[in-house]
Amino acid sequence: MHAHAIDNLRYIRKTMERAGSFTAVPGIGGMLMGSTALAAAWIASHQVSGFAWMAVWLGEALLALGIGIAGAELKSRRAKLPLISGPARKFVAGFSPAMLAGAVLTAVLFRAGHPEFLPGVWMLLYGAAIVSGGWASVRVVPLMGACFMVAGTAALWWTGIPNDAFLAAGFGGLHIIFGTVIAVKYGG
Amino acid sequence: MAGKNTARKEREIGAAVGAATAPKLDRLVHERLRLGILSALSVNESLTFNELKKLLETTDGNLSVHARKLEEAGYLSCTKSFEGRVPRSDYKMTAAGRKALERYLDHMEALIQAMREK
Repeated sequence: MHAHAIDNLRYIRKTMERAGSFTAVPGIGGMLMGSTALAAAWIASHQVSGFAWMAVWLGEALLALGIGIAGAELKSRRAKLPLISGPARKFVAGFSPAMLAGAVLTAVLFRAGHPEFLPGVWMLLYGAAIVSGGWASVRVVPLMGACFMVAGTAALWWTGIPNDAFLAAGFGGLHIIFGTVIAVKYGG
Repeated sequence: MAGKNTARKEREIGAAVGAATAPKLDRLVHERLRLGILSALSVNESLTFNELKKLLETTDGNLSVHARKLEEAGYLSCTKSFEGRVPRSDYKMTAAGRKALERYLDHMEALIQAMREK
């Protein structure tokens, strides 16, 4: 009886954690990240030096990271689940390698004087990170990652189009669209 | 010998606790798949039939039978619609369902507590 009760509680917890993958990605956080990316694209487009342009986007990346963590924390709290739960750990484990690769490529490309490739690399690797981190989540999460990968590929292909336009469409537009879908359909 | 005594003692305690708590146990929630459905819906605003099926790794027939039982008890609400030509069922937990799951959790915790105290 005792073992059965413990087993049942474990099952409830496990199911809640697995089902938590449906809610781990914050939709409202995504919408906010999209809005700040649009603002960053506008500010970055007015910079004359490459360093200033890079500083704007690095600042935006840090801000987006903060929004993402805060959004996930608020969502976990609403669902009465710890932030560092099974699904969240899986997401971070899948998400991090591609993001680290993106950081290395950013440094290398910027140092080599090829900032025109950065928007494509950022979106391609961010998309890959979302696809692999969100693989166990609802379909809309890896779909968002796939869209970022397409946007990144397009940015790498058509380097003639201004960088900030691609970044506004990707980090701004895609975050707002998919963030809205996740917020409406998957509880915030 | 000690093992046999322990097992007998556990059976006796189990029977005593079971007798004390059995009338309160919600058999509808106690079934494994129904417990899974309620647990999954407790952390989600709503889930579709296919999402529940994937999450609980079960069959269409099994999920359909158990979800209907919970729906009939008023623990779930189901909205049917079409996505193009494909039918879609969205499940939501009702206030009664949430209370039933909370009662069940309290029940299990009380059971474990009672066993620890014995």
